[in-house]
Amino acid sequence: MAKPSSHISVRKIDGVTRIDFLDRNILDELNIHQIGEELLKSVESEFRPKVIVVFTNVEHMSSAAYGTFMKFNERVKSRDGQLRLCELKPRVYEGFVITKLNRIFSIHESWAAALDTLT
Amino acid sequence: MTTPAPLFHCDHTLCELRTGLELVQDEVATALAAHGYEDGAMFAIRLALEEAIVNGFRHGNRSDPTKCVFFRATIDSVSAEFEIEDQGPGFDPRMIPDPTEDDNLEIPSGRGVMLIKAYMTDVEYVRPGNKLRMRYAKLRA
Repeated sequence: MAKPSSHISVRKIDGVTRIDFLDRNILDELNIHQIGEELLKSVESEFRPKVIVVFTNVEHMSSAAYGTFMKFNERVKSRDGQLRLCELKPRVYEGFVITKLNRIFSIHESWAAALDTLT
Repeated sequence: MTTPAPLFHCDHTLCELRTGLELVQDEVATALAAHGYEDGAMFAIRLALEEAIVNGFRHGNRSDPTKCVFFRATIDSVSAEFEIEDQGPGFDPRMIPDPTEDDNLEIPSGRGVMLIKAYMTDVEYVRPGNKLRMRYAKLRA
């Protein structure tokens, strides 16, 4: 069952945590701090979390958002978990390429493709 | 025959990040649309403006609520020019570590200036570094 929050939806599907953003401009600088807290909370009670973040709705990401995802990535890794990103719009993906963060994150075209890479 | 949109110019003193950013983004988006800028340009300019104004408040003014950010924009059907000036001491942009170097890749901050440079046609920091001028050329060579 979905756990509603103000910025993200967190669901557990066959042992995988699926995170969706609820608003297309949710990654606005003004909301970043709250998003970061919600992301960290989504894995706080898990050991070896498997997490897929779905970007279908996201049309805009600021530099602060990249920082938030990097901290989230670190948190997941510190719990011996796996984080995947998927369904990024071309312009959002372009930002990852410009900043070379596509080398840090595991980014996939679809939920199914991301799911396939989890071990 | 359609009449070209008149030159857009605005000059604002922004004293609070949230309201200032919303005011500027709304006005600029309306002006860009009136001058026929396409979605890709609107995306680039929106992102660069957000990074620049946030940097002005957070890093330039160090979130001091008594300080403001001065914003000016001039937009026509050829290009969009912006000036963002904070009340901080300035900085040397050459001193910002390159966030794309291997040793810096995992540092969570420092990508705002890089994104501005990537998305805008011309970017210039005016000494002592508290004023940013940037331009987006609608018609690129």
